[in-house]
Amino acid sequence: MERIPILKMGPMLLVSIQVDMHDQLALTLQDDLTERIVKTRARGVLIDISSLEVVDSFIGRMLGNMAAMSRVLDAETVVVGMRPAVAITLVELGMSLAGVRTALSVERAMEMLQVATADGLRTPDEGMDGGRAD
Amino acid sequence: MPERKSRIAEFIERHEKDLLAAWLERQLVSVASRRDLINEVDLREQSRQFLRLVREAAASGGGDDIQAPRWEAVRELLASISQTRARQGCTPSETAMFVFSLKEPLFTLLRRELGGDGAAIADETWAATVLIDRLGLYTTEVFQKGREEVIARQQHEVLELSTPVVQLWEGVLGLPLIGTLDSARTQVVMQSLLERIVESGARIAVIDITGVPTVDTLVAQHLLKTVAAARLMGADCIISGIRPQIAQTVVHLGLDLTTVITKATLADAFAVALRRVGLAVVRSSPPRA
Amino acid sequence: MAVARTEKLPIQTSEDIVRVRQAVRSWAVELGFNLVDQTKIVTAASELARNTLVHGGGGTVELESLVEAARRGLRLSFADQGPGMADVEQALKDGFTTGGGLGLGLGGAKRLSNEFEIRSQPGAGTVVRISRWK
Repeated sequence: MERIPILKMGPMLLVSIQVDMHDQLALTLQDDLTERIVKTRARGVLIDISSLEVVDSFIGRMLGNMAAMSRVLDAETVVVGMRPAVAITLVELGMSLAGVRTALSVERAMEMLQVATADGLRTPDEGMDGGRAD
Repeated sequence: MPERKSRIAEFIERHEKDLLAAWLERQLVSVASRRDLINEVDLREQSRQFLRLVREAAASGGGDDIQAPRWEAVRELLASISQTRARQGCTPSETAMFVFSLKEPLFTLLRRELGGDGAAIADETWAATVLIDRLGLYTTEVFQKGREEVIARQQHEVLELSTPVVQLWEGVLGLPLIGTLDSARTQVVMQSLLERIVESGARIAVIDITGVPTVDTLVAQHLLKTVAAARLMGADCIISGIRPQIAQTVVHLGLDLTTVITKATLADAFAVALRRVGLAVVRSSPPRA
Repeated sequence: MAVARTEKLPIQTSEDIVRVRQAVRSWAVELGFNLVDQTKIVTAASELARNTLVHGGGGTVELESLVEAARRGLRLSFADQGPGMADVEQALKDGFTTGGGLGLGLGGAKRLSNEFEIRSQPGAGTVVRISRWK
């Protein structure tokens, strides 16, 4: 069965959604992500949606769920690359995605995740570029 | 409506050369021909083609509905003449006179051909009048449409020019809005701001409305939606330049600005923006005299 | 007003929802809608298709391209033979949901469209029709 790949990059997990997901695929991704977070003891999750041309209320809710579940597992999530047309449509739809942190670029997302993970009690498995930012 | 069974095509065919000559003579004498703008060779050629195409169209089934397919060649010729003459500087009336001036020589021809048959003369003259009127008006319509296209294009250009997004500092964009905002313009402006945010990766955008005299509900809603969309994407917006009147309008309209950072001046907004991206302005030496 | 072209698609699986999104996108592009308008109608279609599947037990969507004087439009009609709604007005309110979703689907689709029509009766199924004009 097709799955969205989840890549491990140091203490982070990277999810790059590049296909128009059907509902089942999205639900499978949610399950896979929570499993991987636990297995790898990841501290940060980066979800790249720069290829998504459409985000409806189902996908929006899924993103919110993934952020919430990750937080429960002590990992921070940042969603990257939302397109302007998608943002405008989500606002019209009435979705605020409260609780979901967003960034315009992967670099910015990494900065945000490093700051977030630096406050945690666990140390990263391998430093991203030297570990804690002082 | 049953189409007229007119004999115009027949009459034109029989006397095409003479009719053309008479018509040309009429045109060359008339002021409306703009001899200063159009040379005689072109005029002759246009008239000859027009007469031939009208004859062919009228012959192929009769009737005066010039929107029908059989009149397409005539319409195309008239459109081309109308556009050329507009470019050369003729007024739409002058171009229409090209067609209308055919009436006199054509009616003279009809009187000659139909002799003493008053009723027939009246019928054919009426048929010819209706046809020529429609063809003449068509040139005016083409002219009108051309003007509308020019206006639309210019409006679009003005819109583009009047909505510049500037980079105030690394990571900070500024959008100074000037003039009255209407719903359509606001939407275009806001979309272009969001696109610039993506392109530049700016984390803060300052939308300055110092130059906007009034803001109505629709415009305010667009502004707020844009701020919300930017936040969804990962950038924050500060709205600055809110004049006392606008502040009053906002409160009267019951708009909720609690989620938006607002500042009275662009300078204040810029200071906030710099702090947000972690920058500070420091005096390194005394100001030069 | 004339209907220039029509196409009917089934909505029986979650993959069908993806197909509907893709079909609506392709029609919107052909009709010359700008990117934001395309995204709005595709997203609205996604919401309504999901409603048809989840609440209506499956159904169909009919796509029609409309021509009226100087403008062109795209009309989508979602129909199902499901249980129908007793209180349509309540269903349109944001946050109202009977399926555990966010309850933004109907209201959202309405906000994202130029025209919105709904006919639903308990026991008689539901038809939702939206249009966007260029």
